[in-house]
Order: sequence, then structure tokens, then C-alpha cells
Amino acid sequence: MIFDYETLKVIWWGIIGVVIIGFAVTGGFDLGVGMLLPWVGKTDDERRVLLNSVGPTWEGNQTWFITAGGATFAAWPLVYSAAFSGLYTALLLLLFTFILRPVGFDYRSKLADPRWRSCWDWGLFIGGLVPALIFGVAFGNLLIGLPFDYDMFMRVTYHGGLLGLLNPFGLLAGLISVAMLLMHGASFLHTKTEGAIANRSKHVASVAAIVSAALFIAGGFWVSHLDGMRILTMPDANSAFVPAAKTVALATGAWLDNYARWPLLWALPTTTILLMLLCALGNKLNYARSAFIASGLAVTGIILTAGASLFPFIMPSTMAPNNSLTVWDAVSSHRTLSIMFWVTLVMVPIIVTYTSWVYRIMRGKVTVEHIQENQHSSY
Amino acid sequence: MIDEVVALSRLQFAATAMYHFLFVPLTLGLSWILVIMEATYLMTGREIYRDMTKFWGKLFGINFAMGVTTGITLEFQFGTNWAYYSHYVGDIFGVPLAVEGMMAFFLESTFVGLFFFGWSRLSRVQHFGVTCLVALGSSLSALWILIANGWMNNPVGAEFNFTTMRMELTSIQEVIFNPVAQVKFVHTIAAGYVTASMFVLGISAFYLLRARDTAFALRSFAIAAGFGLAATLSVIVLGDESGYTAGEVNKVKLAAIEAEWETQPAPAGITLFGWPNDKTERTDYAIKIPYVLGLIATRSVDTEVKGIKDLKKEHEVRIQNGMLAYGALVRLKAGDLSARPEFEQTQHDLGYGLLLKKYTDNVVDATPAQITKAVNDTIPKVAPLFWSFRLMVALGFLFLFIFSCSFYLLIRKKLAENRWLLKLAVVSIPLPWIAAELGWFTAEYGRQPWTIAGILPTHLSVSNLPASSLYASLAGFIVFYTLLLIIELFLMQKYIRLGPSSLHTGKYHFETKVATNLPTKDAP
Repeated sequence: MIFDYETLKVIWWGIIGVVIIGFAVTGGFDLGVGMLLPWVGKTDDERRVLLNSVGPTWEGNQTWFITAGGATFAAWPLVYSAAFSGLYTALLLLLFTFILRPVGFDYRSKLADPRWRSCWDWGLFIGGLVPALIFGVAFGNLLIGLPFDYDMFMRVTYHGGLLGLLNPFGLLAGLISVAMLLMHGASFLHTKTEGAIANRSKHVASVAAIVSAALFIAGGFWVSHLDGMRILTMPDANSAFVPAAKTVALATGAWLDNYARWPLLWALPTTTILLMLLCALGNKLNYARSAFIASGLAVTGIILTAGASLFPFIMPSTMAPNNSLTVWDAVSSHRTLSIMFWVTLVMVPIIVTYTSWVYRIMRGKVTVEHIQENQHSSY
Repeated sequence: MIDEVVALSRLQFAATAMYHFLFVPLTLGLSWILVIMEATYLMTGREIYRDMTKFWGKLFGINFAMGVTTGITLEFQFGTNWAYYSHYVGDIFGVPLAVEGMMAFFLESTFVGLFFFGWSRLSRVQHFGVTCLVALGSSLSALWILIANGWMNNPVGAEFNFTTMRMELTSIQEVIFNPVAQVKFVHTIAAGYVTASMFVLGISAFYLLRARDTAFALRSFAIAAGFGLAATLSVIVLGDESGYTAGEVNKVKLAAIEAEWETQPAPAGITLFGWPNDKTERTDYAIKIPYVLGLIATRSVDTEVKGIKDLKKEHEVRIQNGMLAYGALVRLKAGDLSARPEFEQTQHDLGYGLLLKKYTDNVVDATPAQITKAVNDTIPKVAPLFWSFRLMVALGFLFLFIFSCSFYLLIRKKLAENRWLLKLAVVSIPLPWIAAELGWFTAEYGRQPWTIAGILPTHLSVSNLPASSLYASLAGFIVFYTLLLIIELFLMQKYIRLGPSSLHTGKYHFETKVATNLPTKDAP
């Protein structure tokens, strides 16, 4: 074990961040394309263009989500168990809609019946919209804090329900997530399609980028008035301890503590806003590729901005602030973090390499003509 | 802990896992059959083998989508429904799951898209490589999942940490090279190969019976017969039994499967058939074969196989020891460090003490009656295990018969005269799925009352959820999955009936003759 426990705990905050960003940036535009499917695709052939723009690669992209689940289980087992059992109904709603996608993509064009196809189109729309909304609402509620606590045997109890998540700030975060993925999905379509579809996409992308920026700014001001948390005392960060071993105080505006301590962090939200504006402009002026890169970076920036506010908190508890889960106490043992660090260090570059290769093989625009020529082998 | 929540959580896990395993074995096996077909294409350059790869690949895709759909749920269900389990063993159990994602699932999912869409963009060799990577990914995926599952049955390489109140990893090597996991892996993937072989064999037999696309069907039949024969032999020879001697709970499982109430002098005889009776603790109408059980279970003639009654006596001692461990742990958690030596001496039986949590919250004040109840809990119900295991084995031998006959008649070129075999192959298509589900039932029901053998009882593992949430989610899963399954089966049979004509190459049955019984208009 080259790294001490404390360093590894911080590294793992970064790794989980990378995996979540990996999903948001790749799986994110698939969700966006799903949301746009019934609107940007006017005819059956056009919808198939949309489906096939992500067809060969969406499955790999989705694996970032599965891996985020697995990596959280291995590195942050307390977060894995508390978050998913606490947000039970929300998570199942997410899964039920999310899992419409594998079958939707594969089965939709296997029969020619228009009713069959239209059913799956709406299924894919829901499979894009609902997960996007729930991801955002869940993230927003981390900044609000969740009502859970532990007993002496470390059994977690959640004292709220689905409706508790639908508070105004949570909903705003949900809207940011939807707008951001619409921007990203539409920017992707702008690069990957031609003619009428590309035209419609670029308009959606520009509007969604401006809306995302406005909502993001509103969210930022709101955060400064929220009750944030601060760690007052805790055992040595290099040791293993349970969440309850620390003391935590609630304070309005405490989510900006990190920004006060490291003013350089302000570059994150400002660059993010700038990137969204660039994305809008790039789409407008037909710099499709640059606009798509800007939207990908903006998605990354939004997640990093929220993460930087929360750090070192992962899942704050309003019920018992001392029980809040942080990068110091929600983690696996030193050995497990170390082993998984090496696995990640080897595997993630390999994954990125072969994924890039697949994208390169499948590069180029998807057109209506292409769909008509490949009626029987396309999605 | 409310029993209702435990029962519902178990039911939900069983339902979602068994649904998932309707699709997994076909993916595991069919991916390698596609590799064989494409390899033949690569070597001979004959287009029929490319068409075979594409057609069976279409069916693979229909099945694969459902495998992914039902698999996503499972990755999260430990957290949603088994929160205490996830906390208690996540330090170890999470590792293979995370590695599976990074090492296997990514590989499979990234290249499966290229398998379908890369035909015109890749060279022949490149495409073949992609197909191999999909197959490799699916097998690796099974490896890591079975390492996780093997650890539940034989939890090696870990110890309890009372500060964090959980099990923590001490040796990753022991977890990976866990003998139970290795045996399970080989058995499970071979079962997947059998399933896929029967699928291809049966469908090809259907075309042969209808005398359509004979050249295509005969080649598919041949590959399935050869691969299936080899796979069936591995399933039987490398069966699960050798894993049962590892680990205490597997001894219990073995005794229950064999309805072995009393310890017999070595080598023990096997009960071929009979009627196990949990109340009287004996097997009525038993037909026994001497020596065989001892040989299978211990691979020796002088090691005895422990009977259920003796196992219970051992468990009673461990439960009483576990009560001491629990008492010491509570004192430790309250800050009394003097309890540490006592805890360290008894902690290997802490799990047995936790079995009493079902009957008394304090554990240390358990009455003799409660202890007896806990002891009885340590033995799963015998009859369901006894029967499901025997049915699975019987099916295994039926598969051996079918594949041997198929292989033999194929090389003697006598398939056409033996229509009974083709008919048998068609009706046998669903049987490997039944055998696989029975196998999982035996393995997991036989693990009760534990989620982690000897360490964490099932009734403690669940999340603190209201029963109403569970009724809703269970109903949701059953309705939703059943609907998707019906859709999948509908598409499957549609494409099976169409056969290679679905490729629209212009060479096959419905394209060369006038289609009489199938409207091709809605078949793209």
C-alpha cells in the first residue's frame, strides 16, 4: 500500500467523481437523445436516424452507470447502502424507466407496426426524461441533506419518503439536470446528423444551453442561502471510524466554505457558465464539434461545482448531522481502497482506449439514406 | 425485525435474480457459438457461415437486451433491499462487483454494438476479434459474479472489525481463488453452454423437420451438437459436488440435498429416491446405493459425511459461543475494552449468536427454547433441496443422451431417418433453463438461513423499509418483467419462424419460395 489511508480516501472521492462524470458525459447524451426522440424526429426514418446516432455506442456508455454502482459499493459501502435503501422509491422509479432503454433500442425497429414503434419511442422518451430528472433531484437533495440515522450496530434508518425529495431546491436541481442533458444530447445530434434533423437539434441545443446556464446561476445563488454543514471535530483522518464519531454543525452558507478557503475554485462555476454560453453560440454558428465539446465540459463543470461545494460531505444527514456520510468515514478499509485503486488505474485507461477506438470506427454522420439502405440491420 | 419485510425482500431478490438468469445462460453460451461460426467463416470464407453468425446473432441480440435490462436492477438491489448486508460485507463483496463492471461488462457492452453495426466497417479479422471480445466479456462477467457468490457460500479472506461494525478484507487472493467460487464458475458457464447448444440444436431441428434452409440448419445443428456434447460432459464431470466439502454451510447443504439425517460410517451411501420428512428427521421409502455419496462428496473412501442431526449438535455449541461473542461485542461498543479478549476468543461464532436476533433482541438472554429454534433454523428445508437437485441431475443426463445421439447420428448421416430425435430436440429447448433455475434454487435456498454463510443471517441483512414499499416494488417487478418477457418471447418466436430469411439476403426459404404461412410485410 503505497498511499496512506487519508490520501486514498481523497483519491477515491476523485475516482467516484470520474466515473459519475464518465456516465454524465457519455450516457448523458444518450439520455438527451432519448428525450428528443419524439420531438426532433418527425418521421419514422428520422427517428431511426436519432436512434442509430447512438445505436452502436449507447450500451457501453451506460456501463459507466453500472460501474458507478459497483465502485460505490466497493469504495463507499455506507453510501451505497444508505442512499439506495433511503431513496428506495426514487431509485426504483429510475431503474424501471432506465431499463426500458436496452429493450427499447433493440426491439423498436424489429417490427414495422407503427403502434409498436410509437410505443417504444415514448418508452425511450420516458427512459431519458425520468432518469435525468431523478439524477438531478437526488443530487439537489444531497445539498439539502437527507433524513437518516444509524444505531450502534450501524443499521441505517431513513425517515422520509419520495415526496420529501420534491422540495423546491431539489426540483430546481432536477430541471438543471434535464436542461443540461438536453443541451448535451442536442449538441451531439448536431454533430452526428445532417439537414433538417441537425437544424432542429442545433436550435434545441442553443435554447437548452441558455436555460441550463440561467438555472445553474439561480441554483448557485440559492445554495448560498441553504443550510450547509461543517465538521467541527473528528478522529484522525488516517484511521478507520464510524460516522457518528465526528461532530458536525449546521450553518447557513456553509456549502460555500470550500470556495472561501480556495478562491481559485470560483473558476469552476464561472468557466462552466462560460462553456454553456459557448455551446449555445457554437451551435448557433454551426461549429457543431466545438459546441459538443463545450457541452461535455459544461456537464463536467456542473458536477464538479456541486461536488466541490459538498466536499468532504457525500450524504449529509439532517436527522443526525453527526451521522452524515463523508469521504473520511463512509469508506471501505485501507486494503480494499488500495486494491480497487490499482484495479481502476489499470482498467480505466484500457476502457477509454477501446471505447475511443469503437467511436472512431463508427464515426461519420447518420443519414436518412443510410437508414433506408440498412432497413434490416439498423435500430 | 419484521418477518414480512424479510420474506418480501427474499421473494423480490429471488424473482429478479431468477428472471435475470433466464437470459444469462443463453448469452454465455451463444456468444461462444457465434465465435465458432464466425471462426469457420474466417477460415473457409463461405458466406453461409457469415449468415449463420448474423442470424443467430439476431437472436442473441434479442436475448442480450433482456439480460442487460434485468441485470441493471441486480447491481443496485443489494443497496436498495439489503442495506445492512451491503454495509456489513461491502468491503469484500463490493470488490468483485466493481471489478466485474470495469473488466467484463464494459468489454461486453462496448463491443456488442460493433458486433451488430461493424460488419461493413471492420475487416473480417477485426470483426471476428470483436465477437471474441463480446464472448470473453460475458464469461469474465460470470467469473466475477460467481467469485462474489462463492464468497457468500464460503466467506474466506475476511475478518470482523468491531470499530466499523463490519467484515473487512484480509486477503484478496483467498477471495479470488476461493475453491467454491472456482467450482461454481466452471459449472455455471458450462451450464450456459449447454443451454445455448440446446437452443441452437432445437431450432435447427425445427428447420430440418420442416425441410427448409437445410444446409443452414444442418451446419448449425452440427456446431450445436459438438459444442453441446462437450459442454454437457463438463457440466456433469465438473459438477458442483466437489465444492460442497469446502466450508461449514456447504456441509449443511450437502446433507440437506442428500437427506443425510444420520452420519454414516465412511464411505456413505447415497439416497437415490425417497420422501424426506423434516418432522421425523428421516427419509421414507428410501432407495439407497452404498458408497456412492462418500465417493462423490469426499473423493475418498474413508472420510465420513456428517449427517443433519450431528450438524445440529455442533451448531448448538456454536450458538451458545455466539451469545458470549455478542455480549462481549455490546460491552466493547459501550466502551468497555476489557471485553476484547473474550470477544476475540469467541468472535468466529458471532454469526451464530446473531441467529438468535430473530427471537430475542438482546441475544445474551435467549431461553433454551429460543436456542432450539435457532438450531433448527440452521438446517434448510430438506425436501425442496432433495427434489430440485435430483431433477437437475436427471435433466443433465437427458441432455447427455440428446447430444450424444445427435452427434452420433450426425456423423453417421442418419439424422433424416431419425425424426424422433429432431422432435425430441425441439421439445427439449426449454429444459436447460429449468435445470439452471433448479441449480440456482438448490445453491441459494440451501444457503439459508444465511446470506453470508456462518457470518450474517438473512433476517438481519435486509433494509429498514416499510412492507408497503416492498409490496409495491415486488408487484412492479413481476408485472413489468413478465410483460417484457412476453414481448421478448413474441419477438424470439417471430424471428425463429422467419429463420435466416430475416437477414434479407434473398437466398433463404421465404425469399425463394412463396411464403404460405408467414406474412413477411411486417418483418424487416
